[in-house]
Amino acid sequence: MSDIVISLDNVGKRYTLRHQGKSERYVALRDVIARQAAAPFKAIGEKMRIWNRTNGSHPNGSSHPPSNGAVEDFWALRNVSFEVKEGDVVGIIGRNGAGKSTLLKILSRITEPNEGRIRIKGRVASLLEVGTGFHPELTGRENIYLNGSILGMRRAEIKAKFDEIVAFAEVEKFLDTPVKRYSSGMYVRLAFAVAAHLEPEILIVDEVLAVGDAEFQKKSLGKMHDVATGGRTVLFVSHNMAAITSLTRRSALLRAGHCVYFGETQDAVGRYLDSIRSQESRYEASPNHGIPSIARVEVFCSQSGSVHESGAPMRVEFDLYHPEPIPSACLKFQMVNQAHVPVLHFRAFDHPIEICKGSGTTKVVCHIPRLNLNVGQYSLTAYFSDPPGGQCYQHLEAVCQFRVVILNKTTLWGWRPEACTYHEEAEWRAAS
Amino acid sequence: MHELLIEPGRTEKNYWGDLWRFRELFYILAWRDISVRYKQTAIGVIWALLRPFLAMVIFTIVFGRIARMPSHGIPYPILVFAAMLPWQFFANALSEASQSLVVNERLVSKVYFPRLIIPAGAVITSLVDLLISAALLAVLMIWFRFLPDWRLLTLPFFTLMAFLAALGPGLLLTALNVKFRDFRYVVPFIVQFGLFISPVGFSSDVIPQQWRLLYSLNPMVGVIDGFRWAICQGGTGEFYLPGFALSMLVVAVFLFSGIWYFRSTEKSFADVI
Repeated sequence: MSDIVISLDNVGKRYTLRHQGKSERYVALRDVIARQAAAPFKAIGEKMRIWNRTNGSHPNGSSHPPSNGAVEDFWALRNVSFEVKEGDVVGIIGRNGAGKSTLLKILSRITEPNEGRIRIKGRVASLLEVGTGFHPELTGRENIYLNGSILGMRRAEIKAKFDEIVAFAEVEKFLDTPVKRYSSGMYVRLAFAVAAHLEPEILIVDEVLAVGDAEFQKKSLGKMHDVATGGRTVLFVSHNMAAITSLTRRSALLRAGHCVYFGETQDAVGRYLDSIRSQESRYEASPNHGIPSIARVEVFCSQSGSVHESGAPMRVEFDLYHPEPIPSACLKFQMVNQAHVPVLHFRAFDHPIEICKGSGTTKVVCHIPRLNLNVGQYSLTAYFSDPPGGQCYQHLEAVCQFRVVILNKTTLWGWRPEACTYHEEAEWRAAS
Repeated sequence: MHELLIEPGRTEKNYWGDLWRFRELFYILAWRDISVRYKQTAIGVIWALLRPFLAMVIFTIVFGRIARMPSHGIPYPILVFAAMLPWQFFANALSEASQSLVVNERLVSKVYFPRLIIPAGAVITSLVDLLISAALLAVLMIWFRFLPDWRLLTLPFFTLMAFLAALGPGLLLTALNVKFRDFRYVVPFIVQFGLFISPVGFSSDVIPQQWRLLYSLNPMVGVIDGFRWAICQGGTGEFYLPGFALSMLVVAVFLFSGIWYFRSTEKSFADVI
């Protein structure tokens, strides 16, 4: 009977959103004073009226203090409960904004929950980023000590592991060079190496495997595998379903701040893939009048359920809303794979089509005769501006999820998402 | 086994234990700040000497030569420098500490450790500058053939007091600066203004007797008087004990309110920074 080392009981985290045009990350004292002072004297002064309008509060809502219209609670995490046993390796999956990072931040005590309670038995080390605290002016050697201490290692521990870390990172020759002169590959290798040699009882890891070149990624996955099978308790967040499946046995699936499933990784991953498949083959938003925007994006795949057979034609449609003519409107989009790497880039402005000439909505269609993407999950990033590189009206990310499969190729050997990004048609001959 | 309970509004009981556990981080962050500070500067660590030295020269000319303030037979440069040491430390500590969390935003939002370490580390870094400038004081003493007496041995105590005097307001301003970036503009003002309401360029016995107690509400008055007393053979008039006690009290009040405010807002730093 194994012990429960992490138990979450109805954990919730609330953020307060302030609608003030652009989201502010910090407040100025002046605003706080102004807000306090404005409450009783709301109607006076032109300045105050402008201020209220930008806050989005109701013009006739004199019974409300202005903050009512401007502040909204947002639960990044709510009623999340699960238990992790000693030695378990647990994955945490979910779409962007599902609350994964918030959960990790709470577990690693970077931020505090607003409700619920968590019990953790054992020493926790968390790795939300590689190379936290690395200082560019310091040498590799110095940064190993610095980063190690920040992650909670003792000096003696770092000393004992020093050679191992250096060997793992393959930076022996550059130990006494400031890391600002490192190549970015060396930098992340060193950073990962320090982190990988942490030896806490509980390890919390966020998406750190996506560093370095392919060979190093393999090595870091291997290291993670050692950690995972070494009897340590690990919580592991990733968008890389292949890594989740190979490293973890149980997973928590988060959706909109709730833990919708906790159990076998296979099931969790299946549900996750289902959820992103069925929902999002189409993006639609009602235009905000007066501001040009992308009203619709839709991907037409070769098969139903947003599944596309590699090599088949594909059509992508856009509805662009423009209240006035836009002389040199620019529309472009990318196809992004599940490792968040843009694989293809399509630019409407390279083609002699006229868009956004009148006022109203322009429908733009992009026809791709043969889309030879490798298998995997893809999404679109769309960008609408005037002119190219100029004022950006809208930048949509991760819309129109679709899945590429290869079914008709006459071979036993399947394709894996990490094999490549794109297929090119080729002719093979055997010359005897 | 180490057990941890995370709940809203709970200030864990092992906070101070954690602080102890992370003590190496203190040292290593202070070391990082020191070793990085003078990288890519032509004259390097001389900056740490040059700034107080030039300030001392100007103060000696303005207050010693032009205003002819009393010096009780002590060479005016030494009189000024004895005060310049704690004042520069206080000013540096306050500005460095108040910016420290904002500068180390990545650390705050990605790793847990007792946040107190960062501003406290910044104050410690300034302490190193104090030690470097103390070497300059030794040179001045040799130059003016001025020998301190046994009172010099009490200097560590006053240094500790200076440390605490800087730490309290430092923590308060650090925590406030995370939420209200206004304090970025307040701190230079405090530092500039404070120089003139602290007895740096002159001995504090030029203040009329009836105002001295009020004057000692400025915690740096006690610290500077202490430094002068220890360094200048106690020779700047009588040591004004009630004022010193009041300054100590103000230091303690700032320290406790600083720690209290810092601790109570610490949990939300990662959200608002």
